Amino acid sequence: MRELVVIGGGAAGLAAAVSAYDSGIRDILIVERGTELGGILNQCIHNGFGLHTFKEELTGPEYASRFIKEAEERGIEHVLGAMVIDIKPHCVTYVCPSGVVMEETKAIILTMGCRERPRGALNIPGYRPAGIFSAGTAQRLVNIEGYDVGKRIVILGSGDIGLIMARRLTLEGAKVLAVAEIMPYSGGLKRNIVQCLNDYSIPLYLSHTVVDIKGKERVEGVTIAAVDENRKPIKGSEIEFECDTLLLSVGLLPENELSSKAGVALSPVTNGPVVNDKLETSLDGIFAAGNVLHVHDLVDYVSEEAAIAGRNAAEYIKGSFVEGERVAVKAINGVRYTIPQYISKEAGSVTIRFRVSGVFENKYIVVRKGDDVIKRIKKRILTPGEMEKVELSSVDFNDDITLEVSNG
Amino acid sequence: MAKSEFICINCPLGCMLTVEYDGNEIISVKGNTCPRGDKYARQELLAPKRTVTSTVRTEGSVHRRVSVKTVPEIPKKDIFRVMEEVKRTVVSPPLKIGDVIIHDIADTGSDLVATSDLGE
Repeated sequence: MRELVVIGGGAAGLAAAVSAYDSGIRDILIVERGTELGGILNQCIHNGFGLHTFKEELTGPEYASRFIKEAEERGIEHVLGAMVIDIKPHCVTYVCPSGVVMEETKAIILTMGCRERPRGALNIPGYRPAGIFSAGTAQRLVNIEGYDVGKRIVILGSGDIGLIMARRLTLEGAKVLAVAEIMPYSGGLKRNIVQCLNDYSIPLYLSHTVVDIKGKERVEGVTIAAVDENRKPIKGSEIEFECDTLLLSVGLLPENELSSKAGVALSPVTNGPVVNDKLETSLDGIFAAGNVLHVHDLVDYVSEEAAIAGRNAAEYIKGSFVEGERVAVKAINGVRYTIPQYISKEAGSVTIRFRVSGVFENKYIVVRKGDDVIKRIKKRILTPGEMEKVELSSVDFNDDITLEVSNG
Repeated sequence: MAKSEFICINCPLGCMLTVEYDGNEIISVKGNTCPRGDKYARQELLAPKRTVTSTVRTEGSVHRRVSVKTVPEIPKKDIFRVMEEVKRTVVSPPLKIGDVIIHDIADTGSDLVATSDLGE
């Protein structure tokens, strides 16, 4: 029986494997679906990765290569072109070029990442012409495969991938006509608004959405319209763009088909596993980290989180894992969710990551244990696009923890 | 005296910065709520710089593109001139991360450097 199987060799999987190794585990296998390690970082050729981890600005492939090197230096085994088709506690089944393999293992770490929300989830009317891509697919086609995706482009959604692609396609010679965002604020980082849109005079239409796609064989035009406070299109506000391509950058969903089939309890808010402070899921010996757990905006935080999962999986494998009573972490009043959702009573110190549900200025993040306030942090600004964290140290977790956005 | 506006990128607050200047002399920076905003506005006005990241065509490799970046950052105004040269370039394996593909690209003084390995 193997000690540890890591599912997915991207940012999270590599960091989890390296950390488990450094905690004394030697018999590790990373199972990767793609043809190389590194995951989605390989197609993220822009810079801005690694500021927290390496104190320098790296591109995606450079960031990935640092972790691949760390895994290689430790002799951590991996298999490529291998698709996991089933997991259950202490067993992973995958299909790879040499056949179907059932790998019995003491522990499993889920690091499958996330997927893009597709057009089908949006109810946009019109035919289904060629020329509609999710932003990440377009990113892969351009950066890895070397294709042009289009000449005149409209982007729906102002998430970071959409913004990055607006710049990328402009540099490649395409004309990006507009980025439409249904919310009154962008879900992307400020830096990307400035350096990907403003630098190239690409207009951002806030509180706008796509109401029509023209063209039967290929996209011929896209109509956007302003939306009211209920996100319903306002008649008469339509703007038409003649274009051949529509990119969708409308959110990411943790990829949990395997987890769900295995019976791992999932959160309806994050769409990822429910975990305790050790990042262990509801199933024995199955841990989770990275975008499969909740969607991150910075890869540095993915690596950090995955290292925690790796360490705890190692403790579990060595049998030094204490599974005691636990308390719940509750997200209320403007806090949308927290990771973890549970903390074991003897945890002592825990980092809680969370997101808020709207834009808040000059508020406090208040952490309570039972009715007692144990931490209060002033925040100049909180936005749904930026993941937040609070560190709780030396706390006796003998009552439920609550996080909220508060005036005082 | 002239005025320029910038959105600060240092944090999610995104302060609207107004710089008053006369030629190359900055008279005032307003709208910032911390010192980083002041510094950012001055740099954006006088010498805005960007890292250009892109890909270069390959020959003799299973990979059709290799990713690249400019080191150090180039003046913002030279981005499209640099891209013209990037688009004309074809490379062959082997390449390692950090290998210089073009010295002094488009006379900017910066190099175009590989950001991924390229094997056959």
